[in-house]
Formats: sequence, C-alpha cells, structure tokens
Amino acid sequence: MSSDTETDARPTPEKIDRVVIRFAGDSGDGMQLAGTQFTASSAMFGNDLATLPNFPSEIRAPAGTIAGVSSFQVHIADWDILTPGDHPDCLIAMNPAALKANLHDLKPGALIIVNVDAFNERNLAKAGYESNPLEDDSLRAYHVLTAPMEELTKKALAGTGVKGRAVLRSKNFFALGLMSWMYSRPLKPVEDWIVKKFGEDSPVAAANLAALHAGYNYGITAEGFHHTFEVEPAALPKGEYTNISGNIATAWGLIAGARAANLPLFLGSYPITPATSILEELAKQKHFGVKTFQAEDEIAGVGSAVGAAFAGNLAATTTSGPGLALKSETISLAFMLELPLVVIDVQRAGPSTGMPTKVEQSDLLFAMYGRHGEAPLPIVSIASPADAFSATMEAVRIATKFMTPVILLSDGYIANSSEPWKLPNVEDLPTFPVTLTTEPNDGDEFLPYARDPETLARPWAVPGTPGLEHRVGGLEKQDRTGNVAYEPENHQLMTELRAAKIDAIRRDIPPIKVHGDADSKILVLGWGSTFSAIRAGVLNARRNGRSVAHAQIRHLNPLPPDLGDVLEGREVILIPELNNGQFARMIRAEYLIAPRSYAKIQGEPFKADEIEEQLNEICREINS
Amino acid sequence: MNIDIKQYTRADFQSDQEVRWCPGCGDYTILASVQTFLAELGIEREKHVFISGIGCSSRFPYYMNTYGMHSIHGRAAAIASGVAAANPDLTVWVITGDGDALSIGGNHLIHALRRNINLKILLFNNQIYGLTKGQYSPTSEQGKRTKTSPMGSIDYPFNPVSLALGAEATFVARTLDMDRKHTAEILAAAAEHRGTAFIEFYQNCNVFNDKAFIELTSRDTRDDNRVYLDHGKPILFGADNEFGIRIGPTGAEIVEVSKVGIDSIQVHNAKDPEPGVAFALSRLSHGPHGPTPLGIFRDVERPVYEDLMVGQIEEAQAQKGTGDLADLLRSTGTWTTN
Repeated sequence: MSSDTETDARPTPEKIDRVVIRFAGDSGDGMQLAGTQFTASSAMFGNDLATLPNFPSEIRAPAGTIAGVSSFQVHIADWDILTPGDHPDCLIAMNPAALKANLHDLKPGALIIVNVDAFNERNLAKAGYESNPLEDDSLRAYHVLTAPMEELTKKALAGTGVKGRAVLRSKNFFALGLMSWMYSRPLKPVEDWIVKKFGEDSPVAAANLAALHAGYNYGITAEGFHHTFEVEPAALPKGEYTNISGNIATAWGLIAGARAANLPLFLGSYPITPATSILEELAKQKHFGVKTFQAEDEIAGVGSAVGAAFAGNLAATTTSGPGLALKSETISLAFMLELPLVVIDVQRAGPSTGMPTKVEQSDLLFAMYGRHGEAPLPIVSIASPADAFSATMEAVRIATKFMTPVILLSDGYIANSSEPWKLPNVEDLPTFPVTLTTEPNDGDEFLPYARDPETLARPWAVPGTPGLEHRVGGLEKQDRTGNVAYEPENHQLMTELRAAKIDAIRRDIPPIKVHGDADSKILVLGWGSTFSAIRAGVLNARRNGRSVAHAQIRHLNPLPPDLGDVLEGREVILIPELNNGQFARMIRAEYLIAPRSYAKIQGEPFKADEIEEQLNEICREINS
Repeated sequence: MNIDIKQYTRADFQSDQEVRWCPGCGDYTILASVQTFLAELGIEREKHVFISGIGCSSRFPYYMNTYGMHSIHGRAAAIASGVAAANPDLTVWVITGDGDALSIGGNHLIHALRRNINLKILLFNNQIYGLTKGQYSPTSEQGKRTKTSPMGSIDYPFNPVSLALGAEATFVARTLDMDRKHTAEILAAAAEHRGTAFIEFYQNCNVFNDKAFIELTSRDTRDDNRVYLDHGKPILFGADNEFGIRIGPTGAEIVEVSKVGIDSIQVHNAKDPEPGVAFALSRLSHGPHGPTPLGIFRDVERPVYEDLMVGQIEEAQAQKGTGDLADLLRSTGTWTTN
C-alpha cells in the first residue's frame, strides 16, 4: 500500500537544521512506538539523530495520571549531533497529564500539539489541573495546535473491521501521521513496518494505516498545520548506517565477539530491567548457534554461564544492579577458576529496586570492589549506543586473552536510546581466535595453573579433551598444579599473581584520545554514557571561546597507562557522573589529585547545557 | 582414529589426591561404588564431568580422575546445567548433599529437575551439616537436638524423593551408601536414562549423625524395613516377603500378604507417566523410620532440554541459514551517505 498523500502539494517547508521532538502520552498510548517509528523514518531519510525514551516502571500506571506518563524524545539534525537534546522544540501531548509532566522541559516558544479530545474534565482532574490550560491562557508562551485525534481516528477506522475500544489504540499512528506531515517525513518506512508487523491482510494493519494517513491528511487540510518544517539529511561521514540501540548493539557485539574468538556463544541470564532486551535479541539469533538459557534466577544465570565457560563456550550473563549483587559470589568463583566470562551490567538507579527504568552510573564501585576476598576484575564501559558493539567485543577479547571474568558497564540510557551507527566492514573487525589447550604442558603432565609468561593467563582445557582431565574449584590452589593448597606463602603468591594478571591488561589499552584543546588547563574526564552530553557541552563551550579538553575513559580497570600523563598539569579536572562521585573517588585514590566532581543523581542523563554551565563557572573562577 | 574401546579399571578414575573424609564416613563407599561403576560403564574418561557444591560430599570431584569442579554452596545444579547445555556430548554428574541441594540450592535443584537437563544428580543425604560440624539440616527430623537446635529442631524436614517427584523429575531413585550392589544397579539405570536422574543416597555421617539409617542397615531390622522397588514386580518385603504394599484410597499402605492376597499387592511400575503412585510410595517413610522404599521410584521419558535447545538452533539454521554477521548488522534497515 502506498500513500497518495505524498504527491499532494505542500507549502514550502521551513528549512531547519535541527529539531527536538517529544512524543508524550499515557503509558498505554503507544508513544514509544510512535517515537521509534518517527526515528526510523528519519534515519532512513538520512538525518543524524539521538533518542531518549522515558517510561514509568509500572506497565500500566493509573491511566491519565502524571505517574503514568510515558515519553519518547528524538533529536534530528542535518549535522553530526551527540545528544537527544536538552529542551524539546515540539511536544505532542496525548492527554493533560502528558502536557503537565513535560511542559517545564520545553524551550520557550515551543510548539505544542495536543490531542484535544483527551482534555475533558475527568482527565484534567486526574492530571491535577484546576482549569483547562487550553482555555485559560496559561500556555500563551507557547505555540499550541490542537487536533481531535480520537474523533478523527474513530472516523478513519470505520470499515477497517476494528471496532469498540480497540479503535483508539490506533491514535498513536494518527499522531505519527500528523508529525510526519509537520516535519516532512516520508510515510513509506512506517507503512512498510506496519504491514510487516501486523500482516498485509490484518484488520490491525488496515486500522493503523488508516489512522496514519488520517493524521497526515489532517495536517494537509487543517488550518494551523500549514507551517511545516524540513530537516535535510545530515552530512555524516560517507558510509552505510543503521539506527542502533545500545542493548541490540551489545547483543550483536557478543555474537561478533564469539565469532572473533572462534567460540560458540552461551548466554545465561534472568530477565531484569533494563537489561532484558539483550537476552531477547540473542534468543532471536539462534541461527548463529547462540545458546540462550533463561535461568531460574540471577545466580543460576551466571552459574550456568560459568559452567558453559568451563565447557569451552564464550559465556556471558546480563543483568542490572540488583542482579549483579546476587551474582557476586559466583563471579568471585569465576575469578578463582580463571575462566573467561562477560558480565554485562546495564546500570539503573538504585539502591535496591530504586528506579528501574531510570539511568544511573552508580554500580562503578560495586563493579570495582563488589566481591569478597582479593578479587580485582577488568571493567570496560560503553560510551553510547553505537559504541556498544566494539566495547562488547573488547570485553570478550580481554576475557579470553587473560582468562578472566570482565564486567562490562552499560546503563539504561545506552540500553534504550538509539543513534546512527556507521556499519563496520565485517572483514575489518578484530579477530582474536582462542586456542584451547589439547596437549600436556609439563612433560606428560597437564598443569591447569601453569601460566603464560606474558599475560599470566592459565591454559583453557575443556572437558572432552583426552589426557587433560583436571579439577578446578573455589578452594585456594597450588601454583601451577591447581591442587588444593593451604600453604601461607602459596596464598600470598596466588593472590599477587591473580592481581598481576589483571594489571597486565593495562599494556593492552590503547592511548587515550584527548579531544578539544588538548593542552587546556581544564579537562573534562568522563566514562560511559555521559559521553554525548560532555562532548556536546564541551563543543558548545569551545564555540563560545572557552578552552577545554575532554577525555572519555573506556577501560576503568585497569586504567589506561597514559591517564596519569593526561591528568598532569591541569588546573581543573571536572568529572561529571550520574552517581555521587564514584569515578572521582577512584581518580583521587589512584593519582593523589583532587578532581572536581559533578554529580547528578536524578535518574536522567546530563544535558549538554549543564556541562557547559559548569565549564562557564569554572572559567569564571579561574579568571577571577 | 582409535577403534579400540579403552578398558578401564577403578584406578583410572582415582585422582592423585589423598581422600580426606573422616574415617568411617559413608562417602568412601559411594566414591568406590562410583569409580568402579564408571570403569565398567565404558564412556571415555574425558567425557565425565563432576560438578559439586559445598559440603563434605562436595569434595568428591577432587578424588575423581575426570574433569571436575568444586564450586560454591548450592549452585552445582545451575553450573552443571550450563556445562551440559554447552556440550551435550558430556556426561555430567552433580555431587551434592542435603544442605547443598535442599537448603541453599533448593531452587536450582527443582528447576534442573523440571527442565530435564541431562544431569545425574547424586544427593548424599546424611541429615546433618557435617562440614560445619553438626547443625540440623533440611532433612533432619523434627525434634533433633544439634548445636543450633539445643531444644530440638522445630523445622519440618523435606523428603527428598517426594520433592523430586513433585518437581516431576523423570528419574528418581534412592539407595544406601553401604549397599554397593544396589548402588551399582541404580547408577547403571541412571546412566542409561536420558534427562535428569536424581538419586538420593542415605549416607551415614558417623561423626555428627551416626546410625541415622540404622533401621535400614542393622541385621536385626533391615529385612523388615528395606522395601525394594523392582519394576514389574509386586512390592514385597520382610524376611520371607510376608509383607507387601497396597495402594489404597488414601495412599500407600503396608499389608500382610497372607491376609490380602498377592493380587492386591501393588506391582511396581516405574514407567507410569503419572507420578502419583510413586509419590504415594515416597510417603511410606519419613526419617526414615520403619519400612522404607529403596530403588527406582520413577523412570520415564520426556524430551531432554539440550536436545530441544540444539533442535531449535538446527531449525533456525534450516530456515534462515547459518548466521551471517554482515546480514545481521543490516537486519533493521540501513541508509547510505555519499
């Protein structure tokens, strides 16, 4: 089915270089879907983009209330952008609660498009409005357009076979159609998606297509919507792109990592927000030979992965904070066994259940120290959705080369947001094939804890290999033989050897890339998903004449060998983090310097403006 | 390729580590039974993997010259599940105890049983915490006085066979540590079984819970209390088989054969697809006190987890071909810039 509306004459759209749009409605209104599809058609159109979904942790909080508001923000531009945008230029509000919950974020003069049918007394009361904001002049600072989305959706769906309450489920497509008109998006990608998702002949597909076109056509005919906008395709570096979210890229990174290591992939996991979609994605990719084991709990998730690692698979487990706590003892076992294992922590706001759908970087010190005994582990962090693929491959590389568990830190922002990713050439991806041990390594004997002199990794001989039968376990081992040993000197030696092995990873870490004014007195030091806001904030500050350097650290343990040099001689080292200053604490302890911590613990990512404002303040202090 | 089938002896399965259980421990007998059995079984030594948790029994893998892992408390079944799923060609044994499998590891046990993963779970039940020197366990009888229950335990105990049957395990058996002939039979049937095999060993801890199974082991009482279950045969016991088991309206009951007639006696059917009668038999004795069934309660077929897992992978590959990474990266749509 193709849309004939696209041939209609449209008023010449105003060309804009960027726009931030937020779709907001009740959590049952399908705003995530509308936003995702708007993003997908923008991606196909060639815009650069970044997204920020935001939803309540309840699947269905009471309808019409502020607590039940779900939103999806997308930033599209004709140039290389980094963040989903600080303040929306346009808000689609499907009900009064969505308007109230999001109004304070809007840019002055922003465009607000409301589903006027939902602005009845009952909904206004649920949202806590004493009078109707559409009538009481309280929105005079904004440009408000109204559309009777429910009424028109009902009319559009007559004859589709969809009846009763189900009709209103299509109103998100009406909103999407209207926004596609406003921002000159092609309908074709959405139409194709609807047909693929619901089936060509299904009434639901017909209903959604009807609503989509009705929304688009409403834009053509209704007064007020004639001022349209156009964002040209971005001049991204030449190449083939896809729009990728962090969890999908992480799942694909595991597949690519296993391929690079030449091992079968095994994922033992237990569903937990916001990590679950990694398990879901890998469960779909069975034709890669991936084994996914949905365990009975977090402990069995990592336990099964340890078993699979012992049996010679590339083993991984995915989780979020509370699950990482449950897995702690088993990760210590894997550390003691010296088996490769990738532990992926998609961090969320804690402690305890905390705010499961909100972002935080507060598991850093837990990843560093959250084990009993002396058990240091390598930590790799992911900086953005598109970075997740290579960061995950790096975690696999370290795990297999050094025979150790690795903690890969992602977070809820990376997990669910998306951005264009320039596809790598598969042939150019790194390879690090694992050689399993098949022969004795000490005359006729096999010593499971005789180490590689360079990496200090032990040999990996897997069950099924004749002649290399051996036992491993959590009890302290004798050096080389791996037999149970309680000798005091041996325990000290083994503890030091295990620590030295993790430290040896340092030699494998590439030099830090310092961006901006490399020799500036001011360095912004970040890790993980703060990347985009820091980079954008630093860019803006530099455009305004400030001199600032930025370094984003991927390897958090061990730290890069040149980090000391990068920190050397700075007047101010600003460390923005979505926690209470954990990385700042690590840097202070490691380098005996006093960085300036900028802690945001609100369940939301940094805004670029916030970083820039910090930099302005620092500049004022330095210069005064 | 070597076409000679290797002939093993028990010594081939003995590791070079000194066995360090208390003298007189029932674990020695079970270790000898298993080593002797594996030598006869004929599966290549390198294909055996022994995974244990924590506890006295869990030292077992160190003494087996096979692949093995002495893991952490309660998690052996979960770890072994990963070994078996990762490589279905292996023969994976879980060595565990009443504390390890039924207390801290209870969750992993029941889930392994319901999934029917190809594991052979040997639970050494001595009804006490031995490694920590004598606290009551989840199979200790109510009223038991231990260091942590000086006035008697108020915990109601698990019956491990009832628990396994409740989790719909496909193979459930019970044997006695000292009965090496019976142990060998049960091990052979468990090895033959595809899917999870659960064997409860009554294992005497002569230091912290001596004579817990005395009614089944002493010469004076054992004939009256050992009720052997043999598939296809009436369930009879006593020195002259004068007693039998009848399934009545409220469960299994002990009857005198001369009074009810041999036709009333339950003929044991380990292959019964429904676990109800097996469960009724498991309720005959708790503790154990009095006549106690030994043998294979249940031995039925159900699809094995790893087979289903591999089957789905093969089906996906038949439909979509072997995964291609370049295709995957493009699977949600791409655009090209010039």
